Amino acid sequence: MDVVALSRLQFALTAMFHFIFVPLTLGLSILVAIMETLYVKTNNEMYLRMTKFWGKLFLINFALGVVTGITMEFQFGMNWAEYSRYVGDIFGAPLAIEATVAFFLESTFLGIWIFGWKKISKRAHAFAIWMVAIGSNLSALWILIANAWMQNPVGYVLRNGRAEMVDFVAVVFSSYAIFKFLHQILAGYIVGSFFVMGVSAYHLLKQANVEFFKKSFKIAALFALIVSFAEFFIGDWHAHEVAKVQPTKLAAMESLWETQKGAPIYLFTIPNEAKEENLIEILPLPKLLSFLAYHDFNAEVKGLKAFPKEERPPVMPVFLSFRLMVVLGTLFMLLALLAYYYSKKDVLLDKQWFLKIMLYMIPIPYIANFLGWIVAEVGRQPWIVYGLMKTSDGVSKSVTIDQVWFSLIGFTLFYGLLGIIDIYLITKYAKKGPKLTEAKQKVIQASTVSA
Amino acid sequence: MIYQIIWFALWGLLWAVYFMLDGFDLGAGILHPFVAKTDEEKRIVINTLGPVWDGNEVWLITAGGATFAAFPTTYAYMFSYLYTPLLILLFALIFRGVSFEFRGKKDSPAWKKGWDIAIFAGSLIPALLFGVAFGNIFAGLPIDEQGYHGSLAYLLNPYGILTGILFVLLFINHGALWLSIKTTGDLSKRARSIAVKIWPLLVAVAVLFLIFSAFKTHLYDNYIKNPVWFIVPAIAVLSLLSIFVLIKNSPVKAFFASCITILTVIFTGIIGLYPNLIPSNIDPKYSLTAFNSSSSTYTLKIMTLVVIMFVPIVIFYQIWTYKIFKDPVTPEDLKDPETEAY
Repeated sequence: MDVVALSRLQFALTAMFHFIFVPLTLGLSILVAIMETLYVKTNNEMYLRMTKFWGKLFLINFALGVVTGITMEFQFGMNWAEYSRYVGDIFGAPLAIEATVAFFLESTFLGIWIFGWKKISKRAHAFAIWMVAIGSNLSALWILIANAWMQNPVGYVLRNGRAEMVDFVAVVFSSYAIFKFLHQILAGYIVGSFFVMGVSAYHLLKQANVEFFKKSFKIAALFALIVSFAEFFIGDWHAHEVAKVQPTKLAAMESLWETQKGAPIYLFTIPNEAKEENLIEILPLPKLLSFLAYHDFNAEVKGLKAFPKEERPPVMPVFLSFRLMVVLGTLFMLLALLAYYYSKKDVLLDKQWFLKIMLYMIPIPYIANFLGWIVAEVGRQPWIVYGLMKTSDGVSKSVTIDQVWFSLIGFTLFYGLLGIIDIYLITKYAKKGPKLTEAKQKVIQASTVSA
Repeated sequence: MIYQIIWFALWGLLWAVYFMLDGFDLGAGILHPFVAKTDEEKRIVINTLGPVWDGNEVWLITAGGATFAAFPTTYAYMFSYLYTPLLILLFALIFRGVSFEFRGKKDSPAWKKGWDIAIFAGSLIPALLFGVAFGNIFAGLPIDEQGYHGSLAYLLNPYGILTGILFVLLFINHGALWLSIKTTGDLSKRARSIAVKIWPLLVAVAVLFLIFSAFKTHLYDNYIKNPVWFIVPAIAVLSLLSIFVLIKNSPVKAFFASCITILTVIFTGIIGLYPNLIPSNIDPKYSLTAFNSSSSTYTLKIMTLVVIMFVPIVIFYQIWTYKIFKDPVTPEDLKDPETEAY
């Protein structure tokens, strides 16, 4: 492998590892904020316990999310210096704004939130977790604005041997950025709500702290219901946007080789990249691809063969990831619907099979998130900035292969160790359940009965 | 022109504020195995940092982000030239960050001891490496049209190491003063006596640094051209000296003096560097300056607007944090089951 391949591998590895923690931070921060708000409004002790229990899991997760994020900032300069130099005029701005507007907010108020229980009023304390949640989501916004620019460069001119920004508003409000942002935060909310439902299911299966976890499950189920259905529509719009600005990615997502009008979707396809065709195409849904891509049944969809070979992304990973992501998205909608229905009817404890499913579902939304990133990032190849700069031209010139091997091995070992510790701690605290004394349990039960 | 100058100053300011704030938690992190005798005392030390260290470290991320946005060429070359030392720095910062959160999550002496070492090393290594990096930037890097000709070993030259030691001592002193005001009883007294003991050493190294800078760098050129700037190093020297006087009666004032010392020490270097961000010590033609490595005026204008709008808000709520947590951390604070503590 050369420096480009190793740097790509390292970037993929460190970004994916960072991305284990980000979606849960996005979703869980909102859920914890909702729980604490309920506590401030109702004064019900159980909501306080919920805030603390889920808050602790949030914190363990958050710590790794923050520190692995620093790696991402460093890596642009370390491994992708030519890229950073070429597009820094545009790409650096959202990153710097992220730090100034979002990262300070999230980190400062997190300190207040963790340690401020007795130092500030209940309202101010709930305000702090909302600031953390808003900060996390704003952080995602600016990062995705930066990423969207790599997918769909707008608002720039080529001047002085680099891309220079001429229209900040176009960069920030590009529709690609907006759909990407919505698509991603909803994906994070799905991770968060399925995490809460899964951990709750574990305790409900063991019949421990039943009221506490039924309530947690119910809040998360309602949230999951809203966000998974919203994701269905946003996902559709996002794909529509991809069709407009990244035709090669769309063609790879569907493994479409020939340009055609009224293109169908085949329910089952096996691509064959070497022969530039599909080995198997069965169960066509006529004209559906044209409709999904352009909201017009007879629209023309460009096939991969319309582009030179060296400008096509690898088809197989993009195609498979996209298919699987859509399947999982549909599954989330169905499960959220059931979860909400069962918890509303208060029959969760009778549905042991369902609780088991929900427990084992915890990792699945993470996988859906990864698949989404494979579609987005592998689908962008061979471009680092779509249509403007090739990935191979973006790599640092002064960095040697030994240096990248050294860092890649370092990251693998180091992140592996941190990952194990983190999973151990989250599992430990998730299994332990909330701190409830017997007297408090009774108070809570009494207050829920009367409510 | 004017925007490049503004951003050069802001670039320096972000680094200076970062060192002023993270300086005391790096210092306290280095000190905690020595100043604290029991696990409870260690927890007190860590809990004085708990509410603020994360917010402090964001100044580093912002300094990095601002370099990327305002001086992308410098950002690109600095990070790729200094690949290995930055990687070590990154690992140290990651370890340190998670140790605060993880240390108290399990009741086992071996577990805690492991994270104590991580906090110590994770604080010492960044303090030292930042110093080494800045020392080398002051002295210039071997850059020509082919790029950078140096290695990790090259950076560990005597002047780089001297600057590294200066940073470590500055931060230890800063951290000791912080702990003397944020803890109570014996722990506070021990912290104060460390500050008193480290001070003469710090002054000696600072003097050496000033002397060596005359031989190893061109930092003084700007001062000789414009002697009015001498006021900045003069304040640095005065505030450093005043720490020794203040510490006897008012450790709080001594801590603020230490804040001013760190700010002005960094600015002494930044003023000397101007207009270079990274000077070449082979041929000044290849130096990365505020003018040849900057973003377009349009981007700089937008970034200036962002800074004017948002940085005051950030400063406002960060000061609020320090106010909320102004009281020293006591053993009782750790025992209350309703209060979170590391």
